[in-house]
Amino acid sequence: MFIDFFYALRQRGVPVTTHNWLALVRAVADGLHDQRLDGFYRVARCLCCASEVHYDGFDQAFAQVFRGVVDDSATMLSQLDEYLRDPKKLAYLDPALRAALESLDLEELRRMFEERLAEQRKRHEGGNRWIGTGGTSPFGQGGVHPSGIRMGGQGGGRSALAVADARRFRAYRNDLVLDTRQIASALRKLRKMARRGDDLELDIPETVDATARNCGDLEIAWRPPRKNDVRVLLLMDVGGSMDPFAKLVSQLFSAASAGGGFRELRSYYFHNCVYSRLYEDALFSRGVPTAELIRDLDPSWRVILVGDAYMHPGELMMSSADWWTGTAGPVGLTWLARLADRFPHSAWLNPERPDIWDAPTIAEVRGVFPMFHLSVDGLGEMVSELRRPPQPKRSLHVHALARGENLPHARRSNY
Amino acid sequence: MQLQQNFRGTPKYIVSEELGIAVDVAIHLGRPLLVKGEPGTGKTLLAVNLAAARGLPLERWQIKSTTKAVEGLYTYDTVRRLHDSRFNSGDVSDISRYIDMGPLGRAFERPDPSVVLIDEVDKADLEFPNDLLHELDTMTFTIPETGRHVAAVRRPVVIITSNNEKELPDAFLRRCVFHFIEFPDRELMTRIVRVHHPDLDEALLAGALEAFYRLRATEGLRKPPSTSELIDWISALRYAGIEPAKLLGAGLPFLGTLLKKETDVEVVERRGRRRA
Repeated sequence: MFIDFFYALRQRGVPVTTHNWLALVRAVADGLHDQRLDGFYRVARCLCCASEVHYDGFDQAFAQVFRGVVDDSATMLSQLDEYLRDPKKLAYLDPALRAALESLDLEELRRMFEERLAEQRKRHEGGNRWIGTGGTSPFGQGGVHPSGIRMGGQGGGRSALAVADARRFRAYRNDLVLDTRQIASALRKLRKMARRGDDLELDIPETVDATARNCGDLEIAWRPPRKNDVRVLLLMDVGGSMDPFAKLVSQLFSAASAGGGFRELRSYYFHNCVYSRLYEDALFSRGVPTAELIRDLDPSWRVILVGDAYMHPGELMMSSADWWTGTAGPVGLTWLARLADRFPHSAWLNPERPDIWDAPTIAEVRGVFPMFHLSVDGLGEMVSELRRPPQPKRSLHVHALARGENLPHARRSNY
Repeated sequence: MQLQQNFRGTPKYIVSEELGIAVDVAIHLGRPLLVKGEPGTGKTLLAVNLAAARGLPLERWQIKSTTKAVEGLYTYDTVRRLHDSRFNSGDVSDISRYIDMGPLGRAFERPDPSVVLIDEVDKADLEFPNDLLHELDTMTFTIPETGRHVAAVRRPVVIITSNNEKELPDAFLRRCVFHFIEFPDRELMTRIVRVHHPDLDEALLAGALEAFYRLRATEGLRKPPSTSELIDWISALRYAGIEPAKLLGAGLPFLGTLLKKETDVEVVERRGRRRA
């Protein structure tokens, strides 16, 4: 059960290591949990969770392992036998509870359980005889009989399981987006420090060294200040299917502009997909040619696109109709690929849930940009992706797309 | 040994059972205790009160954005040495005269156990916690300038607080016992307020708590008021002799002691008008 708990924690995304685990074993062996399940819950939580974002996963794993939800009486009985015959597990019970358990003969308990289960044909709550909820019969859920067999669900009082069941820490989970400050703190990891610039500052260690070399006569050394050298281009989809996420996107924008501390941040808007123009404002009045941005900004810029990438396949394959010159301009996907080709450190943030990312247009965009969920977890992953060198396979695909090759022909034939 | 007894708070400082156990575990395993929580939930006061309750000396190390890990161990005053060498005012050949111990270094040298508070560890540079890993693990360090090896006589109790401004490195987190101070529920809050205002009128306490939790539940607050703000607010209410009945309607008195951001005050006032 102990080891089950360890793997249940890992399965719920709580990163426990053997390091934590050995500490927990030591703490329990030394009796810090006071021989109580509540005590064990507290000791285990402070040793296994290194952040409040894991409290919720811990609660779930704890409830799963230590409740022992059972569906049928046969497995329940076999587990009960196993449980009662294992003196190690009994040691985790309250002494009073253990004494009470001993007062009821095991065989008798089993017999009564089977008899009553056979007699009972409907759901039962309260009372002191039937197997149900909230009663004082030895069988059931949420009851107070000392040797009761719990049938799953929540126990009475504020026991460890009740605490775990309440899942009060759900709000601290990492996969939810909380506020601007969290976004800013995730984006800050994108920074790359470099010494550069004209406003020099005093280099104290170098001054001390130079002075000592100069036989104690003061020799002052200067150096440029250490500053964030990362420049970010933020492209945001607005309107239409993005309306429900407008608040989220504006939080991301304010976090990037205020808290990111980037050397330079530029932001533009687009609708659904990038075509030949990007816009400086969400009303699409001041346009900037996309080609100009691609030409003017060097490849060290980090490009973050924000959008749901959820559109009609036609929009992805639609050309921004360069009818003025009489030639069909590049389609949306080509524009995306040109951006990705010019700026190898680019990523797409999607506010939609990842389980719908198999939709055709989203999948197509994911071939061009690595896509991440717009949540604290997703932002963190995006930042580490942007710090890594780009994948060669994706670069080849992007490069071909940017030259207008490899376009999905089946869909282009419609336009 | 006096350290082994369980910590259940002091008359002036109420701890939840969870936090008490976390302190016990940290002391027992000899690991640092990392405490996180909303501002104003008493993270720093934990160390102060733990030291007071056990009668142990407290070494306090306040972290700033420029703090270097080595400063907690010792500092080497090169400028004073240079000054002495130029004006012949001391024995320059003895470098140990220019070594001053930092908070951790002083705690290591004490013959008795002590409490070390590393306050707001997240203010420092990203690499700061990593630079302290070895020292906190083995409770020893070496001063390269003199070659002296400092080892803790008695392992100090190390309490680290964080406001979550920066992510802490995994290797550091793995070595800590962690506790997140939850915002107190009404019951615990009543006990906490009683500690600070023992002779508070029952009706005023009930009214203030009601108004406080309602205010905290307001959506869109950027910094919801915390325990320390509630205690200040109650002081202000008592000083001005405010009637408990006045706390139930819209337009709370002394809103400025509870809300510290202009936008938050606006949010609350807008809601109040809509209700009225």
